[in-house]
Amino acid sequence: MSGINAKDKPREIMIKDADIGCLFESGLEYNPPARGMWNIVHTGMLVPEAHEIFACAQGCLRGVILTAAEMLELDRMSWISVSEEDMFDGTLESDVVDGVCEIIQRLDAHPPVVLLYLSCIHLFAGVDLEAITDELHKRFQDIHFVDCYMTPTMRTTVSPVMKMSAQIYGALQPLPLNKKAVAIVGNDRATDEDSELVRIIRQNGFTLYDIACCKSFEEYLKMAEASVNISYIPTGTLAGDTLSERFGGKHIHIPASYSFETIKENYKMLCDTLGAELPDLSQDIERAETALENARIIIGDTPVAIDYTAVTRPFELARLLCEHGFNVKYVIADSAGGEPQAFEWLKENRPELLIYSPVNVNMLEMPDEPHERVLAVGQKAAYYFATDNFVNIIVGGGYYGFSGIKKLADLMADAYINPKDRYEKLRLKGMGCASCL
Amino acid sequence: MKNVSKIIACYAADTSGVCSALYELGGMTVVHDASGCNSTYSTHDEPRWWDIKSNIYISALTELDAIMGNDEKLICDTVSAAKDKKPGFIAVCGSPMPMMTGVDFDAVAMEIESRSGVRTFPLHTNGTRSYIEGASEAFEAVVREYALPQERAKNGVNVLGLTPLDFPLGADRAVRDWLSENDFECVCTLAMGCTLEDIGKMASASVNLVVSSSGLAAARYLKEKYGIPFVCGVPFGLEFPYDLAGAMLRAIESGEDCYYSASHTPGNDLVIIGEGISATSLACAIEADRGVRSTVIAAQPIDEAMLGAGDVNITAEEDIERFLADRQPAAVIADPIYKYITPKGIKLIGIPHFAFSGRCYQKHMKNMINTDIKEILR
Repeated sequence: MSGINAKDKPREIMIKDADIGCLFESGLEYNPPARGMWNIVHTGMLVPEAHEIFACAQGCLRGVILTAAEMLELDRMSWISVSEEDMFDGTLESDVVDGVCEIIQRLDAHPPVVLLYLSCIHLFAGVDLEAITDELHKRFQDIHFVDCYMTPTMRTTVSPVMKMSAQIYGALQPLPLNKKAVAIVGNDRATDEDSELVRIIRQNGFTLYDIACCKSFEEYLKMAEASVNISYIPTGTLAGDTLSERFGGKHIHIPASYSFETIKENYKMLCDTLGAELPDLSQDIERAETALENARIIIGDTPVAIDYTAVTRPFELARLLCEHGFNVKYVIADSAGGEPQAFEWLKENRPELLIYSPVNVNMLEMPDEPHERVLAVGQKAAYYFATDNFVNIIVGGGYYGFSGIKKLADLMADAYINPKDRYEKLRLKGMGCASCL
Repeated sequence: MKNVSKIIACYAADTSGVCSALYELGGMTVVHDASGCNSTYSTHDEPRWWDIKSNIYISALTELDAIMGNDEKLICDTVSAAKDKKPGFIAVCGSPMPMMTGVDFDAVAMEIESRSGVRTFPLHTNGTRSYIEGASEAFEAVVREYALPQERAKNGVNVLGLTPLDFPLGADRAVRDWLSENDFECVCTLAMGCTLEDIGKMASASVNLVVSSSGLAAARYLKEKYGIPFVCGVPFGLEFPYDLAGAMLRAIESGEDCYYSASHTPGNDLVIIGEGISATSLACAIEADRGVRSTVIAAQPIDEAMLGAGDVNITAEEDIERFLADRQPAAVIADPIYKYITPKGIKLIGIPHFAFSGRCYQKHMKNMINTDIKEILR
């Protein structure tokens, strides 16, 4: 392994030397072949019966179309390519309207909702998006048109992932709020039924909605009656806020966490909001502690690497594992802004923990370098540390709370014992989606 | 509308063509585009990404840098990466946003070269054109840069236009073996299984074999600069490779260029859709081995000289669909994704084309060079 600071832009830094405000200087970026994370195509497909139409340049179209093709959903995807001339001849808006109309006319049946994705160049050129959607609404009154955005250039202004997580609820229409209905929003996968979160909701007689579980457009539309929208993924907050603004329900954000204290606070907030009694969670806590201890016995002092795609709070998970005797040596993440306490704790207690940039150009050769045996949590950690012993989850895997910690500990123990075919697992795009590969 | 597709995929874009062409040459390619946009290339357009490491990076362009015209960041970041990676050369190319803001890649490349001391050339992609255009410009650029005057080798051959976008992995070995069987000496397989050193020797070849449209610009340069004639064609099947070898020998003797794969006899038995030279070569191979005649649809912009009589260059989904419906061939040979627009009752023989369907049918891709294609076409 190359020494720290041997490069113009080092790929790693010891946490004791790291500034939480800027872990790594920006630069050219490498893209590792770990494909499990979802993109805006996968997320859009969560809207039952929706048809996606992308308007953008060929280079941008390519990735989204083949995403749909690989997930066997090509028949739910159409496109309008934007040429160089289109950008300068004043036809950007009319090309989109005409293209969408032609596509809809050629479909076998009208879809209930069309997700219309515009791209960086449209926003940069200042297209009149409202004029486009108004015109389309006029022409096809039986179709909901939802504006969506493939705008990675604008990612520092509005995260495309966060925006997409909100726009998938764009076709919902107001319904009378149902005091006994709640929704979990902003997630790309269903929340584990064994979690205390789902248990509290169900045991108190609430109907639980989640777009990831909707089978039909009709079912999807019912989500609008939720009187409480719960988000727990950081990119889900915009969805919760937007739904509250549109339909008047309450939004609570109870972040997926690996801090026992935060989890307890989350459940208190949940119960207060639902008007439910906070249940006794001591058995859940005990089960989590037992699973962590079992995993530690199995894994021993094998170095652990955690990446930011596996869990939304990798530093918090690192702290939890360190506090339970694991040898966490590496975290792959480019920021830690959302978890300052865990970051400071690690700085104080594990000063030599190495943080790796997930995209630094010097990460390119890392998988081919000699490595000690590492247990990885996450696909990027598995790839960079070239280990087949890895937990294969993204964005927390739908696990939550104490049961989530228990299940993650179980997965770590299993990953230590049972290696996976790294190449076969990591190449699959959009974990949890169908794949033709 | 010509730029609308209800269901079929689109072909890889010019930026992917550049990256694919330069992948194995030991340089560093920088695409000026937003963070994450490199995943399209590395996931869908580059089957070597896992096994062969290459310095292909994205500049992670942001809205603010685009609006403020902050080209300095691109230059500094590239120079910094060059210090760390020590590439043999640097190539910089663009995407739609830099096109809108009018980034001057010629100037950017000069500045990077001046600061890094590494030969840097600009490639003028904008993400709206075909991979063929990007790969063509990249191939021509490296040949102009690195091919040096050489003594002519008897029967020396350069193979131009090899990328995994048009050929399965291992195609370079297959074509080398075929050349060897026919007493040719392979000088360079641009650019699979090829190094900058090989490119340096290209001028020693007696003939250039152009196996895809991407190789044509480099072939024309080598003709103009070194007088090396070119022959277009891919040695598919069993009989056609002999004919193609003969055409190459004749070109060596006459010094005349030859669009040999365009010589297939027109016919309506089959319609073949694909990259121009591959598709016309397949038409030749099927005619030679099976006596069946075909019409080719080149589904990417192409130099018409590469097409045979009756072949067409149409790119829009609706036009291809209409052409097939009007023509009513017995079968269509095309990437399996064309099944969506193949009229009912017409058989589709699927031959995956990586530049179209990416990884979707990669496991079904088969080498057709110098081999019996009956099974593949069954």
